[in-house]
Amino acid sequence: MNSTTSHELAAEPIDPTELVEERLVLWYFLAAIVSISISLLGGLLMSMQLIHWNPHDGVEYLSPGRWRMIHTNAIAYGFIANSFLGALHWAIPRLTLKKVLCRRLSYFIFAAWQVVVLSTVAGILMGHAQGVEWGETPVWIDPLAQVGLFLVAINFLTPIIRAKGPLYVSLWYFMAAFVWTFLTYAMGNFMPQYYVSGTSAGAITGLFIHDLVGLFVTPLAWGLMYYFVPILLQKPIWSHGLSLVGFWGLAFFYPLNGIHHFLLSPIPMFLQYSAIVATVAVEFVVLTVIINFFGTLWGSSRALVTNIPLRWFYTGMVCYFLTCLQCSMQVTISFQKVIHFSDWVVGHAHLVMFGVFGLWFFGMMTYLFPRLLRHPWYSRNLCEWHYWLTAVGIFVMASDLILAGLFQGYYWVSLQPWDASVNGSQPFWIVRFVAGVAIISGQICFFVNLWKTWRLARASDVESLLPNTTYGPAWTAE
Amino acid sequence: MFENKSGILLIAGLGFFLFSFVSNALVPILMYRHLPEQTVEQLVTQNVLYQFEDLKIRYPEQFKTYVGEATAENCAKLLKRGRDVYVAEGCWHCHSQFVRPVSNESRRWGPVSQTIEYQNELQRPVMFGTRRVGPDLSREGGRRGNDWHAVHFYDPPTVSPDSPMPKYRWFFDGAPNKPNERGLAVILYVQWLGSWLESYPLYENYLPIQESMSNPTE
Repeated sequence: MNSTTSHELAAEPIDPTELVEERLVLWYFLAAIVSISISLLGGLLMSMQLIHWNPHDGVEYLSPGRWRMIHTNAIAYGFIANSFLGALHWAIPRLTLKKVLCRRLSYFIFAAWQVVVLSTVAGILMGHAQGVEWGETPVWIDPLAQVGLFLVAINFLTPIIRAKGPLYVSLWYFMAAFVWTFLTYAMGNFMPQYYVSGTSAGAITGLFIHDLVGLFVTPLAWGLMYYFVPILLQKPIWSHGLSLVGFWGLAFFYPLNGIHHFLLSPIPMFLQYSAIVATVAVEFVVLTVIINFFGTLWGSSRALVTNIPLRWFYTGMVCYFLTCLQCSMQVTISFQKVIHFSDWVVGHAHLVMFGVFGLWFFGMMTYLFPRLLRHPWYSRNLCEWHYWLTAVGIFVMASDLILAGLFQGYYWVSLQPWDASVNGSQPFWIVRFVAGVAIISGQICFFVNLWKTWRLARASDVESLLPNTTYGPAWTAE
Repeated sequence: MFENKSGILLIAGLGFFLFSFVSNALVPILMYRHLPEQTVEQLVTQNVLYQFEDLKIRYPEQFKTYVGEATAENCAKLLKRGRDVYVAEGCWHCHSQFVRPVSNESRRWGPVSQTIEYQNELQRPVMFGTRRVGPDLSREGGRRGNDWHAVHFYDPPTVSPDSPMPKYRWFFDGAPNKPNERGLAVILYVQWLGSWLESYPLYENYLPIQESMSNPTE
């Protein structure tokens, strides 16, 4: 917060409940929860197929190949996008002290986006998937998704543009991300399908896969971290200078990484090397952001024990550091020789999409649901179970898959028969299945807790509870 | 500039994105502009037609119902349909289509992949793949017969005992000797892979013809 806005705040208190459309935040979070449930079932099915435990093998609409695509797309466009939209509806009006452009438009976007998500799931299930990784959304829904992203940008950019005074870090990330997401989606879903084929299309799909993570998910997520962490710790971010380095470093280097998804492919070698160099550069940028956040935590680390949302956030940040460190190594040609095409990459993807962003969303939901429902959590124990089952589950799953990748890679290099690599993977795949079940159990704790809290909130007299009173102290640092 | 709205929107949002697009996407497009994109019709070589006619001989009734006459046009149509099935079923999430110049891959799979191989309509979007649970398929065509593929799609463990590949029963009208349109199409697509190479079908210990003729005693 800058001096102007805090001055205005002091002069004329603004009721945040008027700024924020809280019902919409709640709806988005519920949509996100439905999406992650669908996605988890898809992942479970695929993991059971690999260990020969699939009870319904040979049924078209339960095809693990199709459900694998639903697994990733429901995460990207269902869980992640819905969680973002919910959290942004909470954060942006509070940061800018302005409402979003139009309340009706917000509800329209909500409905349109759920149509996009459901059409994607249904389309993939019916066999209409598009051949772009992370963009398997059927070609007939892409235009609507593109319009949706445009409307999202307009709806959220308006309050940011209208805000007076210097912009807080979060808003830098949000502004850039709305532009990037729109451009990235257009590039990845239309160019390789209609305009370019072959190796150049490979370069573009590489850019798309990476930009989707790096220019849509990462900036929005870090922007929200810059918003939530200082609030939970009740102190400002450690270094403004490092925030600048983090944002501009990400903005410049991240888009140049894409081709590292297809190293040693027929894409020109000099482009592959430039992607490798840019990826290693991103790791240094990431380091500055991590240092900044741990500098903020310095002296308040006790809060990690008492404050569950904060614990979710910092666990995600540790995963973020690990996954980026891993990335800066795995993009080198020497690592690529062994680990490309193996489960190493799958482990990496789970660590970043679930271990970082998934955990952050659970942190935001744990923090916001009591505020949205005007009732404290039904059970803190269930919150703890949710955290521990999820965190341990993803840690075991990622390490297991990364190790499996090394084994598979060396099986292949050593020219043993193909089956050796498949049979050698079985123990790892079984561990992965168990870790997946742990993660699902964690979410069941979360859903039960949410349901019970919901019931309690309904039973109690909503009007008599003022915001920020009953549920506040438990989650803020002492 | 670094903290105001126009700097962030124009430099970071638009500028850096466009810079990456030009340097990472337009450069390869311009580099390969002299390699024209082949249409599916151009991809129907003798190798593919041979497999197409073989499908007709093996499954005459199914072929007549779902394909019709064994013409080159129908072959191109079926090939395109096969690619759609390959994408729709997510085959490319477990099978790659490029041979790398490292890790003994050329010894296992055959010649290292080159750009020219991908400049065609069936590589739109390109099917490089992302994971190898099963083997690379870019030189798979012709190595095994159509019957093998039919049985394999119907029930993979019959011919590949430890395979975790799902059963694709919906490619068939109830039995492995009755592939339906999707079955015929996807089999033809797999047989097409590598059909543009001199080494088609690629068997183990393959030697180019000049090399094997130059030393006939071996």
